Amino acid sequence: MARMKFLCDGERCIHCSGCVTACKNEHEVPWGINRRRVVTLNDGKPGQKSLSVACMHCSDAPCMAVCPVDCFYQTGDGIVLHNKDLCIGCGYCFYACPFGAPQYPSTGNFGGRGKMDKCTFCAGGPEADHSKAELEKYGRNRIAEGKLPLCAEMCATKALLAGDGDMVSTIYRERVLARGFGSGASGWSQAYGEQKRERAREGAGAPKDK
Amino acid sequence: MSRTILAILLLVLGLGLAGPGKIGPALAAGSDGDVTSAAQSDRITEPDSWRAIRQGEAGYIGGQPAARGVLIQSEGEIWRNVRNGKLAVWAGWLLAGVTLAIAAFYVIRGKIMMEGGPSGQTILRFNKMERVGHWLTAGSFLVLALTGLNLLFGRWIIEPWLGKSLFSWISWAGKWLHNIAGFVFIAGLVMIFFLWARDNLWDRYDWGWIKGGGGLLKKGVHPPAAKFNFGQKTQFWMVILVGALVSSTGLNLLFPFTMGDIHAMQVMHLIHTALAVVMVLFILGHIYIGTIGMEGASTAVTTGYVDREWAREHHAAWVEDVEKREPKAAE
Repeated sequence: MARMKFLCDGERCIHCSGCVTACKNEHEVPWGINRRRVVTLNDGKPGQKSLSVACMHCSDAPCMAVCPVDCFYQTGDGIVLHNKDLCIGCGYCFYACPFGAPQYPSTGNFGGRGKMDKCTFCAGGPEADHSKAELEKYGRNRIAEGKLPLCAEMCATKALLAGDGDMVSTIYRERVLARGFGSGASGWSQAYGEQKRERAREGAGAPKDK
Repeated sequence: MSRTILAILLLVLGLGLAGPGKIGPALAAGSDGDVTSAAQSDRITEPDSWRAIRQGEAGYIGGQPAARGVLIQSEGEIWRNVRNGKLAVWAGWLLAGVTLAIAAFYVIRGKIMMEGGPSGQTILRFNKMERVGHWLTAGSFLVLALTGLNLLFGRWIIEPWLGKSLFSWISWAGKWLHNIAGFVFIAGLVMIFFLWARDNLWDRYDWGWIKGGGGLLKKGVHPPAAKFNFGQKTQFWMVILVGALVSSTGLNLLFPFTMGDIHAMQVMHLIHTALAVVMVLFILGHIYIGTIGMEGASTAVTTGYVDREWAREHHAAWVEDVEKREPKAAE
């Protein structure tokens, strides 16, 4: 089975925020939450570069490992999803996530954060595919329709790639070869690093003395 | 392995294609590759910005909170490793170890009885205010400890028994109880501090109590003590100091981002958890000696009265002092 991955080509992203808008509109995410964001480095200076980032669906997902109620699960194609009915809004996934993906609908004083929300790789949640409950809690399930995440599909410059990790890296390699330069696959070693896959195989989340 | 070879191949190819003017930033997918190429290049090149990303440098972000401009916060990985690793493992072993040690003490030493037997006469040990102070602290602490330990260990110990849905509901309720009980605990802490701090200062009986091992190890040994003996004083100051630290870090976590950023909260969380476990370890001993470990002790915080014989054996100096102040008619 394919291993789904995101890749944002820093040489191509023009910070149009089309991905952010596409995502927000497609999934009708709660007010104040943006599952995807675009960050510009060296803004207005030489070497300016923009990157779109959301949940990277890590191999050994930190959110999954630290969740006290074990509400996360990983699909066969590597997509990290969570069950909002189980989520208690403790915020631990937010502490652990390297990419700042988990967000909460309320401001959070007295621990009232509400149910965590994050990118689903357009794969919905544990509810039945295309059900009303799934739409309301997690957004649309494009994967179940055989479609890829809308953010990448709508990216005007094809900077944001989403899909089978092997295909995504092949496309990126071809680009690097053609251009003669590339700026690296941002966040890939963090999300899909070799040693992480080892740990994932041992069983994510089990307390280990390191 | 094949990925590494490909990366090297691409690097070589990239150098060839880019010509001598453009060295360095040719990197392959599958690796950030930033550190090595930044080290190879003596100019400020793109890899430096990749390294900056890995080190948590924030970029500009429009329309969203500025803190979201951080692309990668690697500290989360440290937090995860400490919380799921050292912290959980040590806490688990220590909790099990201390519980076993107390059980062993009970088996070897047995319940500490009143040697003269109950006298039938009682004496007021803690007035109503003191009892309220004790139970505000103790009651909230029990709730806090159980719900807190549930967040740390419940997923591995309780969830397999209850199933995800029920366990999630309990943890959700537990989280709210934890957040509310925290304020009760702080109130209790302030109260017992003002009630008992003076009686918990070092006095002339303490050295003798320490030398006599508190009378814990041998039967018939009862070093005199005033209202509180040295062991109780240690317990008291532990509760006050550790309790204050656990409370302040807890408040920090209750109001996210008002007192610090995410990294501060990660550190606060670890301190909060570690110290709370230390407190639980101490309180295990306290609960033991106050209930099944010693005859006649528990009524001090329930009815407030203790048997005179118990008081004479464990707090001789205190009894003398109280009896001196008692009107003769009462005897």
